[in-house]
Amino acid sequence: MKRIAAFLLLSFGLAAVFVARAALSITGAGATFPYPMYSKWFAEYHKKDANIEFNYQSIGSGGGIKQVTEGTVDFGATDGPMNDDQLKAFQDKHGFPVLHFPTVLGADVLTYNIPGITGELNFTPEAIAGIFLGKITKWNDPAIAGANKGVNLPANDIYVVHRSDGSGTTYIWTDYLSKISDEWKSKVGKNTSVNWPVGLGGKGNEGVSGLVKQTPNAVGYVELIYAVQNKMPYGAVKNSSGAFIKADLASVTAAAAGAAKNMPDDFRVSITDAPGKTAYPIASFTWLLIPSKFSDASKRDAIKGFVKWMLADGQNFTEALSYAKLPKEVVAKEEKALNSIQ
Amino acid sequence: MSTASTTLPSAGPAAGSRSFFSRLREGDEIARLITFLFAASVVFITILLVFELWQGSVLPRHKFGFAFFRTSVWDPVFEQFGALPFIYGTVVTSAVALLIAVPLGIGAAIFLAELAPARVSDTLEFFIDLLAAVPSVIYGLLGLFIVVPLMREYIQPALKNTLGFLPFFKGPAYGLGFLTAGIVLAIMVIPYIISVSREVLLSVPRDQREAALALGSTRWESTWKIVVPFARTGIMGSIFLALARALGETMAVSMVIGNAPVISASLFSPGDSIASTIANQFSEATGELYTQSLIELGLVLFLLTFLLNGLARILILVTSQRGSGMGNA
Repeated sequence: MKRIAAFLLLSFGLAAVFVARAALSITGAGATFPYPMYSKWFAEYHKKDANIEFNYQSIGSGGGIKQVTEGTVDFGATDGPMNDDQLKAFQDKHGFPVLHFPTVLGADVLTYNIPGITGELNFTPEAIAGIFLGKITKWNDPAIAGANKGVNLPANDIYVVHRSDGSGTTYIWTDYLSKISDEWKSKVGKNTSVNWPVGLGGKGNEGVSGLVKQTPNAVGYVELIYAVQNKMPYGAVKNSSGAFIKADLASVTAAAAGAAKNMPDDFRVSITDAPGKTAYPIASFTWLLIPSKFSDASKRDAIKGFVKWMLADGQNFTEALSYAKLPKEVVAKEEKALNSIQ
Repeated sequence: MSTASTTLPSAGPAAGSRSFFSRLREGDEIARLITFLFAASVVFITILLVFELWQGSVLPRHKFGFAFFRTSVWDPVFEQFGALPFIYGTVVTSAVALLIAVPLGIGAAIFLAELAPARVSDTLEFFIDLLAAVPSVIYGLLGLFIVVPLMREYIQPALKNTLGFLPFFKGPAYGLGFLTAGIVLAIMVIPYIISVSREVLLSVPRDQREAALALGSTRWESTWKIVVPFARTGIMGSIFLALARALGETMAVSMVIGNAPVISASLFSPGDSIASTIANQFSEATGELYTQSLIELGLVLFLLTFLLNGLARILILVTSQRGSGMGNA
């Protein structure tokens, strides 16, 4: 017993020494979707510069926006860009704006479980909107069957599954639906959680995929990374050029490149339904939220140094973790914006 | 149980003549003061909790008023918030859970305390304590991957075929919903009921049993008519504990209830509960009205717990006219 206590004391002591040794600790909070990427980056950057330690809490995008506005963290992170009211709240509180920096890309895919169907299905925007509005209720509805010639779709009821927890995944999904369906836009809208017209809610990607896998005739949306890692079947989606595109790292980066031409200076852009022949239409950036002014010069330099590294060498780590890279145009633009941080 | 003292430094019965300082030196007063502070902190925390929830939900309380309790639209985009489906879901799932868990739990406790050999009883008690310590997310995953398919494939169709004429067993069998959530909750709270009830039953004085047996009652008669009524208050305590756990459970419920704000008499229908909604939506909620409405949901849950506990206590007062000797267990 005594020995255990002594060991614990020693390890606490050692931990304290190590914590004290990191000269600069930078705290951040926010989005959960890019968390695996961020923790990899922070670990790699710490190897590069042992004096700087990042401490990131993946508490959710809403929390990230709140905390960076309150000033309780050095930077925030979000899957959906801050809206004008939130930007104004930050400006009013601090006297200077907060900046968005895209870091990586994510995408949502439509996964399904139809007995007897093993092949890959094609979905038109009309079919997706119809299913999630509760207007298309059978798998053999012409809106689905029309895009899947030669596939023998059953006349079974469709079980819709959506996320029950607020999440960036849902934000991307509803952002896409709002763009392709006026009815969705006026009746449901886009947010991290919405008032769903139909369906069951599963908690997290694992909840949705669990329900889809075990419920015959179910359909639901999950993050691309989650679907890839768990080898789930997912459908191709018709993009704005009329091509059916399957989500993968290349088609997601293509969506970002398509949108990059019209990238606003504050980077708050939605790339769902993006132009481009090879662009996958249900994709999004995820952003770091960095105040444009720091009172602590060493923190400012550390964060700027990290973002600079993340945009260059850091991007090489993305694909191993199944995140899509930023297109070159966006990187160049971000490097410019980075200089404006004081 | 000692009578409540009105002033803090009041003396115990034997301390009348000694001065306050001598009592202080002997430690009695220090112990009294410290334990008083500990006890008072419970009240303080409760008050603080209500105060914070009240303060944190100013906007929706002003905007929706009592409509918050009566309406059933929960729309974060258009900022319309009504809590009725969540209140309904919380009450229904907890009721189903207790309906299943109370007879099972008390039955098992009676067996363990009265009928089983001591060695069997102690071994099983070990497993029950182990069950009580399993994190709720494990129960949730167990529910999602084992209970839900069982419900969908076997139990719900069977219920539909036999009791389908009742309004409780209608509609499509998703596998998820009020009934499944209630069953998973029941599995979670049974260990509490067994563990506490067993302890209470074991602490019933031996002479109560002996007297009953001496008067010619059978083993079961002495158990059911003497020992169980004697321990009733304590058993009720275990049910309170189970109810509190069921009302406030988040993860496990969230995984299996279907998370759709629906009010339906059918137990097959997906629904949602207060705790599950808060846990689901709070971290990503943006906008003051939205977050404050979630905080008001917390306040509603608190009031609901308070109300149901109060009702249960009144029920005990009314029913415990006869017999019952055990104090608070």
